[in-house]
Amino acid sequence: MPRPGFVLDVDRSTPPILFWRGENFSLEKLPAGRSRVIYAPEPLPAIDDVDGAIRHALLNPIDQDPLPAQLFAGMKLTIAFDDVSLPLPKMQRPDIRQRVIEAVLDLAAEAGVDDVHIISALALHRRMTESELRHAVGDRVYDAFAPRGLLYQHDAEDPDNLAYLGTTPHGEDVEINKRAAESDLLVYVNINLVAMDGGWKSTATGLASYKSLRHHHNPDTMIHSRSFMDQHRSELHKSNWRMGKVLLDSGVKVFQIETTLNTDTFPSPFGFLAKREWEWKPSDRMTFLASTKALNRTPSRMARNIFHSIEAPHQMTSVQAGEVEAVHRVTTEHVYKQQLVEVKGQTDILTLGIPYISPYNVHSIMNPILVMCMGLGYYFNMYRGMPLVREGGVIIMTHPTRPEFHPVHHPSYIDFFEQVLADTTDPHVMSQKWEKQYAEDEWYRHLYRTTYAYHGVHPFYMWYWGSHALKHLSRIIVVGGDPKTVRRLGFVPASTMDDALEIASDVVGRTPTITHLHAPPLMVADVS
Amino acid sequence: MKALKISRKTGKFAVARLVSPLSAAGAAKFGPLSLVNEDAPALPVNDGWHRIIPRLTGICGSDLSLVEGHASTYFDDWVSFPFVPGHEVVADSDDGRRVVLEPVLGHAARGLSLPFDGAAPGDGDDYAHLVGGCLEPGIQTGFCHSTGGGWATELIAHESQLHVIPEAMTDEQAVLVEPAAGGIHAALATWPQVSAAIARGETPVVAVLGAGTMGLCAIAGLRRYVPQVRIIVGARYPHQQALAKSLGADVAVPANELLRAVRREVGCQVVGDHLTGGAHATIDAVGNSESIADCLRFTRPRGRVVLLGMPADVSLDLTGLWHRETAIVGAYTYGTEHLPDGSTKHTFDLAIDTAAECRLDRLVSATYRLDDYQDAIAHAAAAGRRGAVKIVFDLRDGRNKKETR
Repeated sequence: MPRPGFVLDVDRSTPPILFWRGENFSLEKLPAGRSRVIYAPEPLPAIDDVDGAIRHALLNPIDQDPLPAQLFAGMKLTIAFDDVSLPLPKMQRPDIRQRVIEAVLDLAAEAGVDDVHIISALALHRRMTESELRHAVGDRVYDAFAPRGLLYQHDAEDPDNLAYLGTTPHGEDVEINKRAAESDLLVYVNINLVAMDGGWKSTATGLASYKSLRHHHNPDTMIHSRSFMDQHRSELHKSNWRMGKVLLDSGVKVFQIETTLNTDTFPSPFGFLAKREWEWKPSDRMTFLASTKALNRTPSRMARNIFHSIEAPHQMTSVQAGEVEAVHRVTTEHVYKQQLVEVKGQTDILTLGIPYISPYNVHSIMNPILVMCMGLGYYFNMYRGMPLVREGGVIIMTHPTRPEFHPVHHPSYIDFFEQVLADTTDPHVMSQKWEKQYAEDEWYRHLYRTTYAYHGVHPFYMWYWGSHALKHLSRIIVVGGDPKTVRRLGFVPASTMDDALEIASDVVGRTPTITHLHAPPLMVADVS
Repeated sequence: MKALKISRKTGKFAVARLVSPLSAAGAAKFGPLSLVNEDAPALPVNDGWHRIIPRLTGICGSDLSLVEGHASTYFDDWVSFPFVPGHEVVADSDDGRRVVLEPVLGHAARGLSLPFDGAAPGDGDDYAHLVGGCLEPGIQTGFCHSTGGGWATELIAHESQLHVIPEAMTDEQAVLVEPAAGGIHAALATWPQVSAAIARGETPVVAVLGAGTMGLCAIAGLRRYVPQVRIIVGARYPHQQALAKSLGADVAVPANELLRAVRREVGCQVVGDHLTGGAHATIDAVGNSESIADCLRFTRPRGRVVLLGMPADVSLDLTGLWHRETAIVGAYTYGTEHLPDGSTKHTFDLAIDTAAECRLDRLVSATYRLDDYQDAIAHAAAAGRRGAVKIVFDLRDGRNKKETR
């Protein structure tokens, strides 16, 4: 029986706590008597018969007819699936998307459906490489569809292949992939890694254009999403749900398939990363020591390759299909069941170890903007109720934060770092002053459409993701980060955790309460 | 008179070249430069020559390359050893005027007829006069044995070289007139590309790589005399970026970010390490292989690269230049300028106005006595790194100083 999440009160006997530092980690001693560590629940048991569960979901959907009843010869069927940003790390083969898509295709074949398109719903993310597509959908699907141009990637900048469906009562434009909009049935294959994913966000974001996305990917929406992990208090979700209504009213018929995974994040050589430190065995300590010593001597490029080759042993814990909102309600329950940890009260300082990976640097570099997004956009928002850190509090992150960017994946990030952050770190100011220029830059547009580059506007979205945290906190400190780079982000560099706590004392006093979010594995703090 | 003199001793130049990467002061100490006491140069028999007593004299990049043994052998036949360096000079003339020196030793100074009426010393398209007439060879005062140079307590100058400066102008502003003239000359060299862009209805973009004294003066020249231009500057040090902005740059970024800044400005693409388009014109105020190669990367096809920094030996892949039909032109000194409004003026007249209006005295970072020349050379050689721009010798002694207000 897996143990639930756990909040450890640090005392004198508590061993040092593991902190991620990009492609490395360290052990940090937190002050006794006023520190606590939040550990994720242990992985829930996996479904034994995955294929059986998928088939059962397709044949017994929620609030919709069984999938076979919706399939007929001569119909236009489009299958859209979550892109390379999920799950993290990538899961061991076979990927759950492959299993679901194969099951859907089997039913389509039985019904005589021969007009099938499969689309990667990447919104403004970079296009997936062939190997990434093969990993996600499997060789059989890839070889059957890709060579004939029937497996492809959504292009949010292709005016000929976008359908404008109208506006929400709030005046939000709704424009999505034309093939998806004009199909007799759109089947969406989702992986719900965190509570933010899924629901109408799958289609209204994943298949949308910039014109549509800008209505909810902006500082105001982000500041009023408290948090992204709590759909009912998230403006991001409310906007997507309004857009979903426009989709329905426009006649877009969606069959949503959502899956949840357990938190089995790291394979056995790295198993100690998910363990509670006082339960480390001598072999775990040896592995930690050997790993850190080796990584200290490993060039960052090589270390990056090692970590990005990790395939997580994630296992599916649920699959449900049918009507979007009804399905998502069930999915969210499953996510919460795996990830919720009850936490009492807020803290003065929240400490975060930033790992090597985020949704936007798979097989890539965790550049400084993504470090910000991971800390302030994602980890800060891993709460329900109220933020883990009090208003006016401090976040301390550990990460090398080098001024390194992937030139192919993140070209506009480099300009954003050099030009925009040199001018302002205020999300509202940059959205007014700079966003349009980047969003409409023909070079970025070209790179997004034809190579493997994130859209020109994407670094803005990453920065906006942290809008609430930027407003909420009085200081953000990065331990071990390149000082010049950290200052460009508007944060304060510190050499050690003690140094960081000293710096933080200016605003939270000499004896602040400290909370460490021991992630990954991912969790959501249910703060009361 | 007391003077710093450069002698033609090959061994000394070799030592300077070896020592300079480690220590500019060492190059000054062990190289071809020496502090001497000797007679002032004799006045030629021709009319119009004056003795002038320097007040301030600047240390220029070309002076440094000589002291450090890096100057091109090209000049061997255009200068006359030994000579006293120093061509950025504000001085008192023997007839009581406060003047700045236009250092080019032109036709008038050498007793030769002018190439055209009203020609400035730098004008003409046959440089034979630079090695003829009543003087020994020398492209400028500061490279000619006959005249002496500004790194001395006395030198001689021809009336055609002297410009009386306004009473209100400080010595520190005046000593920047000569580099300002060089910068303005380079700025106006971009006008063919800029005017063509304007005629096409485009916003002309000029990139400036390097923001030492010359780069900053070029920026001031662009802002004052080249209309409608967007100026994008790559400068290595933060204080240079700040000065560039204050002198009129629209964008100032670290030098290694200039290519991307130009791309953002013009909205073109990047193929390989070249922009597909780029700046209409670029001023290279650095002058080495890397800087020229960089400028070729972000200057648009059929654009123009103006070499303001003295380049000496360079190694370049010119395939891009060939493919893009880029023009590279030199910008040496000054002369008679054809301004965008159709008028003609001497560059020095424009420079005197610019030095005062732009308060270029703020570029003077430190002054040294002639006796402290090794420290001065070391400071000048590391100016950017040490947060400085222009280092000058202060030769005023007891004379009234017109200091920066």
